[in-house]
Amino acid sequence: MSGGARGQGSRQGSRLARHIEAFAGLLLAFVWITPLLFAFWAAFHSTSDAVNLNIAAPWTLSNFRTAWAGAPWLQYFLNTFVLVTVVLIGQFFVTTLAGFAFARVRFPGKDVVFILVLMQLFILPEVLIVENYAMVSRLGLFDTILGVGMPYMASAFGIFLMRQAFKSIPMELHDAARVEGCGWFGILWRVYVPLARPTYLAYALVSVSTHWNNFLWPLIVTNSPDTRPLTVGLSIFGAPENGVDISVISAATLMSVAPLLIAFLIFQRQFVQAFLRAGIK
Amino acid sequence: MAEHVNRERRRQAIYGWLLLSPAAILLSTFAIYPTLATLWSSLFSRHTRRRPSEFVGAENYADLFADPTFWIVVKNNLMYAGVTIPVSIAIALAMALWANSTIPARGFARTAYFTPTVLPMIAAANLWLFFYTPGLGILDKIGSLFGLPSVNWLGQPETALWAIIIVTIWKEAGFFMIFYLAALQTIPEDLKEAADIEGAHRWTYFRRIVFPLLMPTTLFILVNALINSVKLIDHLFILTKGGPNDASKLILYYIWEMAFAFFDAPQAAALTMLVLLVLGVVAALKFTWLDKRTHYQ
Repeated sequence: MSGGARGQGSRQGSRLARHIEAFAGLLLAFVWITPLLFAFWAAFHSTSDAVNLNIAAPWTLSNFRTAWAGAPWLQYFLNTFVLVTVVLIGQFFVTTLAGFAFARVRFPGKDVVFILVLMQLFILPEVLIVENYAMVSRLGLFDTILGVGMPYMASAFGIFLMRQAFKSIPMELHDAARVEGCGWFGILWRVYVPLARPTYLAYALVSVSTHWNNFLWPLIVTNSPDTRPLTVGLSIFGAPENGVDISVISAATLMSVAPLLIAFLIFQRQFVQAFLRAGIK
Repeated sequence: MAEHVNRERRRQAIYGWLLLSPAAILLSTFAIYPTLATLWSSLFSRHTRRRPSEFVGAENYADLFADPTFWIVVKNNLMYAGVTIPVSIAIALAMALWANSTIPARGFARTAYFTPTVLPMIAAANLWLFFYTPGLGILDKIGSLFGLPSVNWLGQPETALWAIIIVTIWKEAGFFMIFYLAALQTIPEDLKEAADIEGAHRWTYFRRIVFPLLMPTTLFILVNALINSVKLIDHLFILTKGGPNDASKLILYYIWEMAFAFFDAPQAAALTMLVLLVLGVVAALKFTWLDKRTHYQ
């Protein structure tokens, strides 16, 4: 009897614990989303209403008008769009070929080269900014979008990802295509690439969101509004020296994150799956 | 026959290298050569108009070690790593446990946790500026409700680095969460049932069963967090610019400053070499020790 009573007591205790946990979980979620919600709210209100937390204040679009007029945003958007596209095309090309070589072709020196590629996972392009800047200048690519994108095209991470994807494709399909008279490139193009489509999608989402958000390297190699991506444009626009007020900065910030953020909210599951697939393998 | 095999082998070798050549050329140009060039230029003196650069051996390194800012920056970065890594891993784990449990509005919580991950660091910094600005910022408003004085979070040495650390944790915890979430979903239900039958407390179940099973994920996240503690510095450009008095300056920002604001490339090269050395140690740990230990699943 007493055992039963104690069991009930602890069950009640655990129910209380569950309630506390649910509350803590939601509180954390609320805290986590607050900066974004607040910026959203502030972007639609005048600065004085925003900083005074005047909840009843009227909504306005004037911050967006001011922000939009303050910098060549359309050009920045276009630059970022071209940048992520160029990087993605380059990465697909380079990592497909290299991933296939590592997965299915036997050649001397393969293991050594593979270790070199793996080492690049840790030699971050961000750390080599000084020499990469010199290299890009030497190649005549300073202040070009190609110059911003090129150091990321032979992504070790992408090569590794493609190698794993290609390795999981059954050898029977490879042999069947060969019997049908396909050459190496035919097999790669007709068998491997279509079957690895989910990996390409995952890689594309990770790559696009990485390069949409990248800042330090583009800051170094761009020097004009014609090449500058959104992040760099945003940092210049919001610099304290420019004395732009905080509601306008919020509006500009929201504008520049909107495409990616909206895409994320719609395709949330795919984004999370993509990051997982890219991370775990 | 042997000749045929040889020819096939040779053909494969040619194909292999052909397929690899774009990657090999790009990796040599933007990873291997720059690494060697960094090492090389860290051994030469700065090129000025009066004096051409000359071989100085380890002098740049000696100068670096004699530079008090270097030690401040190293200390800051150790602090940055020492706080952001464990705290964001702990928060990520809590987030994953909640997002995987039966709390109400679970979908909202998951989205809220993960959203900062898709924002650029620069945008994150702009959002947090709103909280930190003295007098106008939200933190000050909340503080004044309780009668606390206005605090210049970004402008005083005691709090600037902490303000930076908080933004980093906010940004990366949700990213780490998804790896824990995926791992939690692979833990079989019957383990929980067995623990319930044995009358194990939920905390015991977590500590003795869930946490050990999550170990490979934790180690994977740990490596990522280590790399992030070197890499995530974009918000410094908006929030503090490393100030005040270098109180929030981190190594990569200092490299950028030396190279592109002070134009002291050899010093920057020496510091870059030290960072590469640390990353090399992390890589070695990952490939030898961690990869071996985490294959028990």
